[in-house]
Order: sequence, then structure tokens, then C-alpha cells
Amino acid sequence: MSDTLVGIEYNRVTNTTSTDFPGHSSGDDHAWDIEKFKDTFEIDISHLTERTANFDLVHIDTSVANAFRRIMISEVPSVAAETVYVFNNTSVIQDEVLAHRIGLIPLKVDPDSLTWIDPSLDEKDRFTDENTIVLSLDVKCTKNPHPPSGSTDPKELYNNAHVYARDLKFEPQGRQIELFKNNPVVASDPDILLAKLRPGQEISLRAHCILGVGSDHAKFSPVATASYRLMPVINIIEPIKGKELTQKFQKCFPPGVIGVKDDEAYVKDSRRDTVSREVLRHPEFDGKVKLGRRRDHFIFNVESTGAMSPEEIFFKSVRVLRNKAEYLRNCPINE
Amino acid sequence: MSEDTPMADVTVEKEQEQEVDLEKVKLLPGSSDDGAAASFQVIDEDHTLGNALRYIIMKNPEVEFCGYSIPHPSENKLNIRIQTYGNITAVEALHQGLDNLSEMCTVVEEKFSEKIQAGNYNTVAP
Repeated sequence: MSDTLVGIEYNRVTNTTSTDFPGHSSGDDHAWDIEKFKDTFEIDISHLTERTANFDLVHIDTSVANAFRRIMISEVPSVAAETVYVFNNTSVIQDEVLAHRIGLIPLKVDPDSLTWIDPSLDEKDRFTDENTIVLSLDVKCTKNPHPPSGSTDPKELYNNAHVYARDLKFEPQGRQIELFKNNPVVASDPDILLAKLRPGQEISLRAHCILGVGSDHAKFSPVATASYRLMPVINIIEPIKGKELTQKFQKCFPPGVIGVKDDEAYVKDSRRDTVSREVLRHPEFDGKVKLGRRRDHFIFNVESTGAMSPEEIFFKSVRVLRNKAEYLRNCPINE
Repeated sequence: MSEDTPMADVTVEKEQEQEVDLEKVKLLPGSSDDGAAASFQVIDEDHTLGNALRYIIMKNPEVEFCGYSIPHPSENKLNIRIQTYGNITAVEALHQGLDNLSEMCTVVEEKFSEKIQAGNYNTVAP
């Protein structure tokens, strides 16, 4: 087990690369064995909410864990506004800036309910009820005839002074009336500010939302963040005793990492550690503690933008990687 | 193929042919005559597949060397070099690697859905 421990010293890291290959050492054989992988590979979910997930992948290589992370960010498809047709915009925010802002609004649409667009088609034939969601935005700012006396707040003085993502209205096309009857398309975060208006100004536009991937544009990425860190390890070699010393030791780590029992420090929860290396700066702890990280223990954190649940995004990333491998397997190799 | 193949079969075959990309992967110069060593170039792939595939091919005991590179960051090309000890060809090693990678993904997917179904996790963020 200690061969998967990355050493973290004051000014260097050690033992960072995987060596689990046949022929690397005479001991274990390390050849790929699916049954062995089934037995050793572990997943441990610590929390799973509508928007965030935190789970551990244990005994998997960095290259594969990193592939899942990269795919979640840039290759799991989702829906975003791609084309905006502006009919009228007398606000101070320019058409192209407004269009960009609308593109970045995360939408609550199941990506599986749409098909891919065919970019080779002419623009007038490209969008159908199978591949496009139409949203419209029609707002006009007016004066509030009876504002509260003495108010200087634009929200009270005017109607529609602020335009929010919730003002985008879903316009179901064709079969979408049936298909999206129970879950109409809305912005997943309704309170995103799109523009500010003053009396007499108005915005009227229509947005076409399509499927895309994050590698094409970040607006198509289904995750706000998808990241992993390696499991921290704190190894106390020599006992740390005494009220003053244990307190100082505790303060070198985030709260909850180090506990004190019978006036002696012990590692309570190393998972909470940020590996700040603060403890290595103090001469009194010199040689008493070793820091490290498990090279094959990944703590994933996935935050969804709202279209899909985070576990679904992870599932899709696994499927995308498998499809890549299977697709390439079936491709003929050109000489 | 015999002359009297039913029409249905022909169309199915045509669809499958259209699905595979003839330009996706090609053999680069520098392969040995026995096929034990070869380099491949894959179009439209990056470190995501490259590094994972390199790892799984290196885990094959018949493979002596495997490495990958992205020759230029603005070209969507992935080069993979495979050298075997001679018992299998580089193409076989590549195919075994791809098969192993997809079975690995199947295990990950199964384990994850098992854990989701088992529940046993917090549904509120700490």
C-alpha cells in the first residue's frame, strides 16, 4: 500500500508517478485483470444533492480518473442558446453582449430530449422541433405611476427595470407542446440579471437553444466545476504531547483534522485536510510528522449547472469514454 | 457475399459502414516489418483518451513500450507508439487496450449505480 503514497515534504513532492506496470518490479504482476479491478475498485459517495456531488474513486489510475474529469467538463453534451434573433433592443446593453449573456444562462432541459443539429444545412432548414428549444424575451420598461413617496430605488420607480433570466419564456414548437408539457424549459437559476432598463427602453428577441459540448464553448459545459483531489495522509511518527504543543499542532491544520485525547494529538479526519504544509514550517514538529497523499484515491467534487443531476453527469462521462474506446475499436486502420 | 442476399441485410451493412470513420486512425511511418512496433495517429482525440489508453496498453504484459503525444496543440491529432515483445502485433495490443478500457468503464458504471441504488449517502451538502 505504501507504494501509492505520494510524499509531501517542505519544498518537494516524492513518488508521484504510477508504477503498476508488468515488468516494473519483480514482485506483483500488475497485468490488466478485470476481475482484480472489480474486487479492488471502490466508490464511496459522501454526499449527493440536486446540484452537487462528492464521491471517492479508490484504486483507479490517474489517467482514467482524469479522463472522467475532463469529459465531464468538455464532452458531456448540454443545451444552451446558440443563435439570438434581436427584433428590438433600445437598452444600453449592446445586442452582441446581451446575446452572449443569454448564451451563458444554464437551462433546465434534458439533453436527451434533443437531437444534434446538422450544421451543413442551410440556416432556415437547420432548426426543427427535434433539435431546437425556442425562448423569447419581450420586456418593456415603464414608469410606475404611484411609486412609494421618497423612493429612489429603480425597482420601485419603474416596472421591468431589471431583466432576469426568468423573463425568458419557453415557446414550445410542434411536438414539444406534448413532450415538455410537464417540465417546461426554464432557466435553472432564475435570478441571473440579464440587463437593466429605464422607462421607454425595451428588448424583444428570440433565442434558439441547441445541443453542444463544452469543448466547443463553455456555455455547453454541464458542470460549474468538476474536480478531484488526492486523499491526504497525515502520519504522526513521534507522539505530540503537552497542552501547548498539541494546540499549536491542531492549529497547523484545518478545524476537525487533528483531535486531542489524553493530552496527545491524533489524526481525527485527514480527509478534511487541505495539505497546507503549515506543520512543516515549525521546527518543534521537525521529524515528528509525515504528510502525504494517496495516489489512487480521488475525492471528486462535481457541481452541476442544473440541467442534469451530478451523478447523471458522471454516468455520462463514463459512457462517453467507453463509446470513444468502442468507436475507435471498430475503425479500420489506414495504411 | 452471395448474390441472393436479402435487401434488409444490405441496408444494415451499409449503415454500419457509414458509422465507422475511415479517416479516424492511420498507421504512421516507422513500423517494424513483423508488426511488433508501430505508431498510430488518431484524429479528433486528445489527452482524455490518449493517457488512459497509454496506461491500459502499458498494463499488457506483452507490451514493451507504449507512449502517446499531441504533436501540436492546435492540431486535433493524437499519436500513439506501441512496441511489443513480438508475441502479438502492435495493432492487436491497441485493440486489446481499447477492449480493456471499455470493460473498465463498464465496471465503473456498474459500481457507481450500485452505490446510488444502495443509498447510504447524505442528501444535503455539509
